[in-house]
Amino acid sequence: MFSGLKIGRRAAWAVLFVAVVLTLFPFYWMVRTALTPAADLYRDATALWPQHPTLINFKRVLGLVDLEQVREAGGSGAEINFLRYTLNSIVYSGLIAIVQTFCCAMAGYAFARLRFPGRDLMFGVIIAALMVPPIFTLLPNFVLAKQLGLLNSLPGMVLPSLLMTPFAVFFLRQFFLSIPKEVEEAAVIEGVGPWQMFWRIVLPMSRGPLITIGLTTVVWSWKDYLWPLLVGKEESTRVLTVGLGVFLQQSPNTAPDWTGLMAGSVISIIPVLILLLFLGKRLVQSLNFSGSK
Amino acid sequence: MQVAGTRFGSGVKRRVGRVAEKGRARDDRRVGWLFLAPVILGFLVFYAYPTVRGVWYSLTDYSLLNDPSYVGADNYEHLIDDAQFWNALKVTGYYVVVNIASQTVLALGLATLMHRLTRSVVLRAGLLVPWLVPNVTVGLLWAWLLDPDLGFVNHLLGSAGLDTTLSFNSPAWAMPLVALVNSWAYTGYTSLLLYAGMLQIPEHLYESASIDGAGELRKFRSITLPLLRPILALVLVVSMIGSFQIFDTVAVVYGGKAPIPETRVIYYYIYQQAFTYFHMGYAAAVAMVLVVILGLLTALQMRMLRASRSDLG
Repeated sequence: MFSGLKIGRRAAWAVLFVAVVLTLFPFYWMVRTALTPAADLYRDATALWPQHPTLINFKRVLGLVDLEQVREAGGSGAEINFLRYTLNSIVYSGLIAIVQTFCCAMAGYAFARLRFPGRDLMFGVIIAALMVPPIFTLLPNFVLAKQLGLLNSLPGMVLPSLLMTPFAVFFLRQFFLSIPKEVEEAAVIEGVGPWQMFWRIVLPMSRGPLITIGLTTVVWSWKDYLWPLLVGKEESTRVLTVGLGVFLQQSPNTAPDWTGLMAGSVISIIPVLILLLFLGKRLVQSLNFSGSK
Repeated sequence: MQVAGTRFGSGVKRRVGRVAEKGRARDDRRVGWLFLAPVILGFLVFYAYPTVRGVWYSLTDYSLLNDPSYVGADNYEHLIDDAQFWNALKVTGYYVVVNIASQTVLALGLATLMHRLTRSVVLRAGLLVPWLVPNVTVGLLWAWLLDPDLGFVNHLLGSAGLDTTLSFNSPAWAMPLVALVNSWAYTGYTSLLLYAGMLQIPEHLYESASIDGAGELRKFRSITLPLLRPILALVLVVSMIGSFQIFDTVAVVYGGKAPIPETRVIYYYIYQQAFTYFHMGYAAAVAMVLVVILGLLTALQMRMLRASRSDLG
């Protein structure tokens, strides 16, 4: 019986191993293609390692080589500057994550802990917005951004989700509800006002959930495509996802410029990957929190 | 910020102290609304107002160039005869079902294996990587892997002696491929949510089942699955609603050209109507239909969750 158990466990480990390989191999292939000179692409389509590894694809999508060299190396010669798009992406998702987390924490705290008439009604109204699919508000928001002259500007890009999303308000309120009331009662007796209570006592206690929602917001806004595509398509405001789409369309009709595209793709995930390396444990564990709610 | 905080903090402090002494509920009227101010501003301008405007647009003829003109229910009547709209609904429904089915079954299996075998954070982080990646990148990556001439997957199929070519341009394969690609991207994430749910199942249940001689399969059927039901239901419906919103992958795998009819999902159809043909009013009407569908699904979710909570007793 025990040996049977062992075989079962080995098979189970094997399945897990296969799952991880299937999950991660496409990324390996992405990197491998990005390191292949465009001219070699047709020669060794299945070789596990490029015959003549090169960094030219990265240099070119980052705008570090001139177009002549790119054409010589077999690229499409389209002008592309992922350095710029990366910066735009970092500003876009960083700004949204920080401001939104802070504003929603304030609101979540008020909804969970402060008492005033109209509170529960307001909360109900905000939560009802969870049911409206983003595309429904996206159409009028686009018209609004256009009428306000905010197309292709940073405010136009970040404003709709800068101050709040119903989910973040809901998530943080749930957490604040779970803080023991005694902590605050003691502080009230000491004469601490609501703002100091929030800023000095509640926020420091809530580092975990704040990081969780902040990280989740970074990842989601990093992945945003449709809204930045509509309001930030120009070079100056283009984020990585939009840049990749534009780059793909600039490829000549014969065949997409795969080596360049894969180099751009690698760049589009490096920053979030770094985030995972430093906050991986936190992020992975945070799923326990959101999963149980 | 802190200066302002202390300033209005001290006034309220005295009042709070007095009220607390009387043993009555505090009244944080002024502070409460101040705390809410940014969120309410964001909500009114970018959620509430656009929602009202969206409903209004759906009753107008609006090309983005001229002012909207009221046409009553015309857009909705047009919907009924619009074969492309029905096709988009059908295609989206197919995608949601295939994607959710494959993703949930795989994620449930993965989560169970992790739960019974290992607590490894590295393993979990590895499975989470595709979730971190923009859908645009996912779409590009798989468009490359599934390239008919040079794609790695098709090369593998070729060397295995199969003459099938998997491609997003093949009507038969396009939608199953889109669904599988998105399952690839989200199965790890879903499995971690389910795994988190499994961690809440008391370990002693498994121990006593072992003593009674129950095998792993039996434990899964009699302990894991029933106790996981509330979270499974939540994850299922949330990812179902998320699946209705598929857009990025489809928009990218065709290299910026419009997708073939087999993959023209509802989000893409709305996008096309609004920003390619400038039928903003009509696009708003289609989006309204999506609102109704998602509303019904949310109602379903509420019912499922309530039913399963009583299961737990």
